Amino acid sequence: MAADALDLARWQFGITTVYHFIFVPLTIGLSVLVAIMQTFWVRTNDKRWLKLTKFFGKLLLINFAIGVATGIVQEFQFGMNWSEYSRFVGDVFGAPLAMEALAAFFIESTFLGLWIFGWDKLPKRVHLATIWLVAFASTLSAYFILAANSWMQHPVGAVFNPENGRAEMVSLWKVVTNPTVLAAFPHTIGAAFLTAGTFVAAICAWWMVRLVRSGQGDKARDIYRPGLRLGLVTMIIAAVVVALSGHWQGQLMYSQQPMKMAAAEAQMDTASSVPMTLIAIGNLNNDPDSVRHFLQVPGLTSFLATNDFNAELPGVRDLQAQYEEKYGAGINYIPNLAVTFWSFRLMMGFAAFSGILALLALWLTRKGQVSGSIWLRRAALWALPTIFLASSAGWIFTEMGRQPWIVAPNPNPEGVDMVWQLVARGVSNQVGPSAVIISLVVFTALYGVLAVAWYKLMHRYAVGGVEDDPSDPSPDNPDNQSTDVDRPLSFAY
Amino acid sequence: MSHETLQIIWFVLIAVLWTGYLVLEGFDFGVGMLLPFLPKNAKERRVAINTVGPVWDGNEVWLLTAGGATFAAFPEWYATLFSGAYLALLLILVALIVRIVSFEWRGKITTVRWQAAYYWGLVLGSWVPAVLWGVAFGNLVAGMQIEPVTTTISNVDGEVTRETLQYTGSFFDLLTNGYGFALFTGVLTATVFLSHGAIFLSLKTTGDLQVRAAVFAERLAAAALVVGAVWAIWLQLMFSDKMWTWAPLVVAALALLAAAYFTRLRQEGKAFLASAVAIVAAVVLIFGALFPNVMPSNVDPAYSLTIHNASSSAYTLTMMTWVAVILTPIVLLYQGWTYWVFRKRIGVQHIPDQLPVTFDDLQPTGDNANPAR
Repeated sequence: MAADALDLARWQFGITTVYHFIFVPLTIGLSVLVAIMQTFWVRTNDKRWLKLTKFFGKLLLINFAIGVATGIVQEFQFGMNWSEYSRFVGDVFGAPLAMEALAAFFIESTFLGLWIFGWDKLPKRVHLATIWLVAFASTLSAYFILAANSWMQHPVGAVFNPENGRAEMVSLWKVVTNPTVLAAFPHTIGAAFLTAGTFVAAICAWWMVRLVRSGQGDKARDIYRPGLRLGLVTMIIAAVVVALSGHWQGQLMYSQQPMKMAAAEAQMDTASSVPMTLIAIGNLNNDPDSVRHFLQVPGLTSFLATNDFNAELPGVRDLQAQYEEKYGAGINYIPNLAVTFWSFRLMMGFAAFSGILALLALWLTRKGQVSGSIWLRRAALWALPTIFLASSAGWIFTEMGRQPWIVAPNPNPEGVDMVWQLVARGVSNQVGPSAVIISLVVFTALYGVLAVAWYKLMHRYAVGGVEDDPSDPSPDNPDNQSTDVDRPLSFAY
Repeated sequence: MSHETLQIIWFVLIAVLWTGYLVLEGFDFGVGMLLPFLPKNAKERRVAINTVGPVWDGNEVWLLTAGGATFAAFPEWYATLFSGAYLALLLILVALIVRIVSFEWRGKITTVRWQAAYYWGLVLGSWVPAVLWGVAFGNLVAGMQIEPVTTTISNVDGEVTRETLQYTGSFFDLLTNGYGFALFTGVLTATVFLSHGAIFLSLKTTGDLQVRAAVFAERLAAAALVVGAVWAIWLQLMFSDKMWTWAPLVVAALALLAAAYFTRLRQEGKAFLASAVAIVAAVVLIFGALFPNVMPSNVDPAYSLTIHNASSSAYTLTMMTWVAVILTPIVLLYQGWTYWVFRKRIGVQHIPDQLPVTFDDLQPTGDNANPAR
């Protein structure tokens, strides 16, 4: 197979997957936040929460559509571009994908339809249950797909079958309780809540500042402050979960994929008490020894990996030698260091920015206060794109750090022999570069157009603000007891 | 259970998932395809779109599940089919993506340009997959250019290689396959979905639109009967080596006949049921003709992908059988309930007016009531 087809297929997977995952965290987190808002509405009958439910519900639906649409590509492109990978791992990897569709996607899609169109058809509590089911299923789907991805990082519960030359599952339980997924799940879901919390908080903060500055502090206090506080509390809790699970992941990475850990720090030589560099200048890929490190936190990388600030961590060069001995010489087992080093820092930096902003905004809105700070508004607007980029950077780190493997070998004592695959072996061998170029161009162009439309819609509906007096079309509402068969639907496309 | 029993179970289950997809998404494709022809004005178009509004997304999951189940149960089938039909699948994916966002986004902005763009997204997004899924099944039945290819699967301890059965033909072969049978299967699915969609609209709408939908349904059901009969006999005589597949053929033909008959009598419910039965029977015919192949080779039958050489291990199939046996009935229950909740017919009087929302209607400062619902 041509090297070009491999590179093109990798670019395509990177573009389509990073793009898909811009929308997914917001869907996962926001569906829960909207469910919480609607729960407040149903329990208290306080119309402010209905306003917020409908306001963020619209933004959720705009976002949901593009997440679903780009998700279909995810499921099909394994077979299209990575058919040799699919043959090798299908026995194991296909199971969580099928379970995701059967257990989660059906609930998600079916009950979303009920939620959108069911305001005037279902009793209040049943209608509330539909959005909770959507939220539950979105989170559940994340578990299955993370189990699949975790298996690529750290294969378990499988053996190599020399007769047909592929990996075969021996324990579904081990695959779905892979320690890698047990750590990746809270990290990813935490990130999803951090994203959605930032989204809700930033939009409410923007509105609050705007109203306060135009002399409508009462409205700001009435509607947007509760939304803002809900977003901020979500952000704080999520940031803690993300940090703790990230530390857990660091320890797992150290034992499961030591090369990725070393690449995260671009640590060339084995050393103890490895610091964490915040800023580095130089050419990490071609001349790592000339790179100058600034702002180092002593021992932090050692701590992240082992809970011990003084621990010795293997460097990239020693690991390369080990890998050559174990898995064959003549292969570069070192990931792209510039990408891993910087994506790791961008992920943490952007997430930390959201966390700090949340603390600041909580302080500014303490004890029933509203804020008209122009700086809060600016920071909130900056946090909107950066929190999405944090997730993108995290995935770029974890996937690029896995290179050159498509299924990374499991080095642990309980590890599985021969269940690993190089990316170059996983690409479809009957799909030529021209076909991949066509699909790469088509997907990129289509996704570009959709991104513009998505942004314009989200922007339009965010600056539209909450409705002044949203209707309550529930059949439980005494105003809606009319038997008029021609009454308009509560919602129509 | 023996490995072979499990393989047969999963062959049947994948046929069931495709049946769910084609029966359900079949009518929402049909509704989308009919948008330029049946509704007379913007309100009627919205009536048509909203008959499938609450359910199209759930219908589409049958496809994702069929895809995921094929990956899990028959990885070689998944790999060879999806990499082999690469460009065709690309077209389907693009169409489905455009269709999904068109459903959700069309009504969000009320300018003529915006709504026209997403309207065509719905129409083309329904036509393209409706035709291409047919072409895809036509190719499966007619057999494709499948040959052994040696693949290096690992680099450990020297080279480990294996023989894989791969599609080695071109994109254009997919159009000419089976002396036109593949393309004709595309005509079949388009016609059947048009008829299925028109019957659905006649069942779910009221007023003028309903009357016109019933007339369309009557004509399209007759067309589906003719195309379906030719297609089924072509398939049986050319591509099926089994006598028993005459049975689903006869059922499909009778069901199409019944659908045409009931549309004449304006008994929409019975017509829809008959149309659904016809699609089920057609899937049985397709999978019956294939069995035990999943992708017959037209180079040499020895190169065919079968349920035996394409399947996962007995362990994986056993586990997945448990998952499917437990979850599928639950899915059917709550999806059925959704159809019950939205059982009422709708007409233009039920469609709320769209208050104008454009990208430029917001004042740069001050308070705005959001007119968008």
